[in-house]
Amino acid sequence: MDLSFGPEYEEFRQTVRSFIAEHGEKSPRNAALRSPEALQWQKMLIENGYTARTIPKEYGGYGGTPNMLHSRIIAEEFADARLNPGLGGQGISMLVPTLLEVGTQAQKEQFIKPTINGEMIWCQGYSEPGAGSDLASLTTSAVLDGDEWIINGQKIWTSTAQLADWIFCLVRTEPDAPKHRGISFLLFEMSTPGIEVRPLIDMTGAANFNEVFFTDVRVPKQQIVAQRGEGWAVANAVLSHERDSLGNPNATLLRLNALIELMKTETVGGNRLIDHPVYRDRLMQLQGRVMAMRFNDLRILSSRLNKDQDARLARMIVKLQGTELRHDLEGMAIDIMGEVGLSYEDNPYTRSGGSWQNQYMYFLGLIIGGGTSQIQKNIISERGLDLPREPKIEKSA
Amino acid sequence: MQFGLSEEQVLLQDNVNRFLDDHASLNAVRDYAAGGEDAALWQGLTELGVSGLLISEDAGGVAMNALDAAIVAEALGYHAAPGPFLGSAVMAPTALQLADPTNTLLAELASGTTRIGIAFNEAIGRRAGAAVEVSGGNINGKSLFAFDSEADAYLVADAHQHLYLISANAPGLSRTHLTTIDKTRRTVELTYTNAQATLVSNNPSVFFQTLDIGRIMLAADTLGAAQNMLDQAVAYAKQREQFNRPIGSFQAVKHMCAEMAAQLEPCRAMVWFAAHATNELPDEARLTACHTKAHLSEVGKFVAKTATEVHGGMGFTDLLGLHYWFKRCGSNRQWLGSPELTREEAAAIQGLI
Repeated sequence: MDLSFGPEYEEFRQTVRSFIAEHGEKSPRNAALRSPEALQWQKMLIENGYTARTIPKEYGGYGGTPNMLHSRIIAEEFADARLNPGLGGQGISMLVPTLLEVGTQAQKEQFIKPTINGEMIWCQGYSEPGAGSDLASLTTSAVLDGDEWIINGQKIWTSTAQLADWIFCLVRTEPDAPKHRGISFLLFEMSTPGIEVRPLIDMTGAANFNEVFFTDVRVPKQQIVAQRGEGWAVANAVLSHERDSLGNPNATLLRLNALIELMKTETVGGNRLIDHPVYRDRLMQLQGRVMAMRFNDLRILSSRLNKDQDARLARMIVKLQGTELRHDLEGMAIDIMGEVGLSYEDNPYTRSGGSWQNQYMYFLGLIIGGGTSQIQKNIISERGLDLPREPKIEKSA
Repeated sequence: MQFGLSEEQVLLQDNVNRFLDDHASLNAVRDYAAGGEDAALWQGLTELGVSGLLISEDAGGVAMNALDAAIVAEALGYHAAPGPFLGSAVMAPTALQLADPTNTLLAELASGTTRIGIAFNEAIGRRAGAAVEVSGGNINGKSLFAFDSEADAYLVADAHQHLYLISANAPGLSRTHLTTIDKTRRTVELTYTNAQATLVSNNPSVFFQTLDIGRIMLAADTLGAAQNMLDQAVAYAKQREQFNRPIGSFQAVKHMCAEMAAQLEPCRAMVWFAAHATNELPDEARLTACHTKAHLSEVGKFVAKTATEVHGGMGFTDLLGLHYWFKRCGSNRQWLGSPELTREEAAAIQGLI
């Protein structure tokens, strides 16, 4: 057991800290996509290797060698200083790694640089009304007509579709092939005629997602990633990245500390919430769970770094445990505030800008999204514990 | 950076597990539960170096650390093995060594010739009519649920966090067996009537370090016991058929298994960290020990119940013996501070009370 990163890394940490000390004030607070401050900050972060760190220089990245501890230190220091860590979104986190792995030279040159700069915004067209947990049953079709695909169908749960310039989209191109082998991965512009975006208002009151409708949308033939019928494999290669990012224990720790602050300041009947033994015990239960997930996270980091132990199961459970834990944590804050915990939007009694209520609901969404908790349990039991799969029911003709 | 067990630690784990597979089988556990002895098992563990794990080389031990001890505790829990490990190999050596590294008892502990038990009930959760009073070298009162029943001496904690040693043969000491649900370990009531007690330490820090390492061992024991129950449940779900299918192919059953794994797997990292903190991170050690004890108790309780349910009616019988692990998790939960008590202590450590 050795938890230190070593002297050369402590030196790197100092470099990051000096950057933060010098430039930290330029970090945009709640910057909207495409705002000049956000784009400026992004540019500076790439130049210094604090985001897009391992993306080759030729595609507009910093060109650094992959090093998990460097990435970790950057993430830790930026989080500690509450700085904007640079742009995220599905284009940067999902599409760019996909293109680096399987894109053509032309695709890499065309898309990666503007995407990481924040000038080209993407949305992800995967789920459909009839294809949720069973994503591979998707039916949006693309039929080749000369040099163009003609796309018809509907996508749902499409975040940022209303802002996106482009979409990366799973479509069925081989209707006669087995369902996992009939899917292709296409890229096209959201301004193409025949695309309609309708906001989907969710329980938080915001439109975090959209529905996207395609009617005879014509897309140039070469805008396919990998070969026809390989779309499922292409998408799966990056889906695991998405799951890894849900339920991050370090973000949960920040919320736990905010909950402790709330309990020290908020009073009911003249007593601080932290002085109520039942509330305090519930807080300590959560703290124990957060602690376990943080150590689990260190174990995962170490296993990736040293490739010295099997932490497969430790990784598999993160999305399930992390999102459920976060939902419980946000919900506890609401519980202990009583009626004040119901305050929302413009209510003057709202605490922490309504974030407890918003996050409580949002994390219920994340328990469902990105592979529901029930799908996670199938994965854990079948791939982690080697339990038999459920017998398949053949579709009747 | 390396978070996890070293090659030597994996080797230790394998050695202890292999030994226990042979010498602490379910049949051996049943024999002990029916009134058998654990002396031969402890002798074998002593030969593997377990009794001297935490004792310095000068005193005849092997000078390993709390993480090594946690690995052994996990293996003992996995086998629901009897034996005086918690007191004799962990808590007593910790206290004696912190108080006086030259104490000759350390060599006796390391060689396995002396067993020292623990009587901490007064300092953790005193019951009515069971107070321990020490004055002028004499001890009066009662310790409940002292462990173990065969000890040659006991490390007694009083309400002032002072630690005393009292010989099991001391005039004025009487020992009565207390039956509990957990038949893999025997606890006793110690009654003191002007019995002679030697002060080991009046330093609260020695008391807390001794208590905390004990709590981590109980958490590690639960980790092992719960892992065994999960393994048994998964194996049973693969083999047992109903409705012409293995029951493990039903989502209702496989999700129970997944939930157990999802809760238990992070516990492994938590036990490792807590043990590591004992030796290397003094600022975090107390808080982590309290939380680890409480969290493992909760997860252990959940796994014990759920794994039993996966076995259906068979889980409820004595035939499978699953109940030995169920009860082991149960006693680990209550010993040295129940989850509510240790969480309250965790809050106090952070200044939240």
